[in-house]
Amino acid sequence: MTDTKKAKHHREPWVHIVKRDDLPWWKAWLIRISAIVIAILLVGVISTLLTKVSFLEVYEVMIKGVFGRLFEGGSTTMLWKFLQETAILLCLALAVTPAFKMRFWNCGAEGQALMGGLASMICMIELGDKLPYPVLLGVIFLTSMLAGALWGVIPAIFKAQYNTNETLFTLMMNYVATQIIKYYVYIEGGGSNTIQPVAAGNLPIIGDNRYLLNVIIVAVLTVGLFIYQKYSKQGYEISVVGESQNTAKYVGINVKKVIIRTMIISGAICGIAGMLLVAGTDHSINTNTVGGQGFTAIMVSWLGQFNPFIMVLMSGLVVFLRMGAGKVADTCALNASFADIAVGIVILFVVGCEFFIRYSVKFKHSNKEVKA
Amino acid sequence: MIITFICRAILLGVPLLFGSVGEIITEKSGHLNLGIPGVMYVGAISGVIGSFMYENACGNDIAAMNPFLSVCIPLLCSIIGSVLMGLIYSFFTVTLRANQNVTGLALTTFGIGLGNFFGGSLIKLVDSDMPSIALTKTSNFFTTKLPFADDLGAVGEILFSHDFLTYVAIAIAIIATFVLKRTRVGLNLRAVGENPATADAAGINVTRYKYVATMIGSAVAGLGGLQYVFAYANGVWSNNAFGDRGWMAIALVIFALWNPSLAIAGSFLFGALCNANNYIQGLGTETQELFKMLPYVVTIIVLVFTSMRKKREHQPPESLGLSYFREER
Repeated sequence: MTDTKKAKHHREPWVHIVKRDDLPWWKAWLIRISAIVIAILLVGVISTLLTKVSFLEVYEVMIKGVFGRLFEGGSTTMLWKFLQETAILLCLALAVTPAFKMRFWNCGAEGQALMGGLASMICMIELGDKLPYPVLLGVIFLTSMLAGALWGVIPAIFKAQYNTNETLFTLMMNYVATQIIKYYVYIEGGGSNTIQPVAAGNLPIIGDNRYLLNVIIVAVLTVGLFIYQKYSKQGYEISVVGESQNTAKYVGINVKKVIIRTMIISGAICGIAGMLLVAGTDHSINTNTVGGQGFTAIMVSWLGQFNPFIMVLMSGLVVFLRMGAGKVADTCALNASFADIAVGIVILFVVGCEFFIRYSVKFKHSNKEVKA
Repeated sequence: MIITFICRAILLGVPLLFGSVGEIITEKSGHLNLGIPGVMYVGAISGVIGSFMYENACGNDIAAMNPFLSVCIPLLCSIIGSVLMGLIYSFFTVTLRANQNVTGLALTTFGIGLGNFFGGSLIKLVDSDMPSIALTKTSNFFTTKLPFADDLGAVGEILFSHDFLTYVAIAIAIIATFVLKRTRVGLNLRAVGENPATADAAGINVTRYKYVATMIGSAVAGLGGLQYVFAYANGVWSNNAFGDRGWMAIALVIFALWNPSLAIAGSFLFGALCNANNYIQGLGTETQELFKMLPYVVTIIVLVFTSMRKKREHQPPESLGLSYFREER
């Protein structure tokens, strides 16, 4: 063993990594933004190579595809669709954030939202003609929050009590939820794979836009979660538990209680997302209602540094890429999965660039710090 | 009927076995690779692309195809594809120390996207009526049975009637168990996964072990995708057909308590659970759907029980999911 150490001493590595002190915020953001820009350029290059459409045209197709003919004074349909999808993704990202801040890897947003949606669906079908409209809305709201919270709190209880691995537990809960939905859809749809849209218990439409209320609800949630995390005692407890469970215990925080309480909140917000999808948008449910966004939300929350307002931008970016790349694929007769590849590339770049924020790379013969 | 049921369970279980053995090897180095579903898609599509090119090069004529090449080309392509995915994952999580869960999920999105993208493009290329691409000729070579399998009756059918990748999967699982438990390399790998700082102090090259384990793990997992396409689906690729099997493979890791040999039995049990609904008389379709959640429920129960009993050899690797930076201890 001493031999290897001696050998290492003689042969100094040509590059080594040093932990940085805190970088000023604007430098950190410069790195993040350049990573996003590089990734988007890379997506553009790949599109150009695949379709032989010129480089700038790719972005033109993307922007026009997402924002529709807004600039030519035409319809705003696509813009509203963009806002709606951003709102839903943001809502799920908001939901997982308090849990992540506590270092609880809630990978079950998908299932929690599905259960919330299922609760709304059952209320709409079973109670739709029995309750007056305002009461019905209240019942839908409460039951979907409860259903989401229930699905989230089961792994939390076991985590708190026995330290069961929550990443794997929440992951498995997604598929249990999916199968329950399949079961319910089969029964309610009379043997088909679809439930016809239900007219009762739909969220009210403000003005003449069916997505506006969804966007407003998520906006309120965003501000609410920001205040909760930053200014409330519970929010502070979450960050202490996340930093170090031992510190939390030492200062007298009941760690088990915080874990369970936070997952109830996380699950409940997922439940709201499910309600927005079912009662607010589709008026029906199937296994694809959430469509894998529970997983995308995890990445959005991480990219947004657990800050709700940055998460707004990040979910906007992800949805823009997804819709834009989808549009590029559509116009150039590529397969629609091109959008997934684009989103994957951008997320990998942003996750990877954190390295250059936390560490600096030093080369052997120069004292200058090199930033890639 | 019971024999078909067992054979079917084994056939369904083998992709899961590949996936979970690959994931166990990776997790033993302390890396929770949630990108395995994506890796399996890439493994499958790389094999499909390889075999597609070879079939075309032979003019789609089965007589012109060399049996050895038509097995080896997809195999090699699949391994290259999935090792590249493993390389991406280890570059981000080992070298750049990025968050493992986020990297893994991004890799899954990316890999499934790649699979469906190339799959969809190939389907368009052959311009068929069905939304799928059939490589039945290559599949025939993959599913060639042992010559004496039919002579041995029921025993022969259960033990010897499978495609060769099934035996490869079992062999890999047994070898992996042996290497992990009985060799110096395995001991070092487990040390890296349990406590990288200690391993580093003992002179083990932590980075190299993590890279190699992740890449070998991905290669093994990718074979699961290949087996699915060429043995289970008879060489027919259609987009999203592989489904949630990648996640089920990750579930199987827990069920097998991080022991590749147990994963063999576990994968056949999962295959049986996935399939049992078709063999129980008088089940309505709605009850069948409830039956399909059994593998996941069983996994949750195993997960809860192992964490309650706190038996040391049944726990996940100590540093699973944490990145290691030498100067930070």
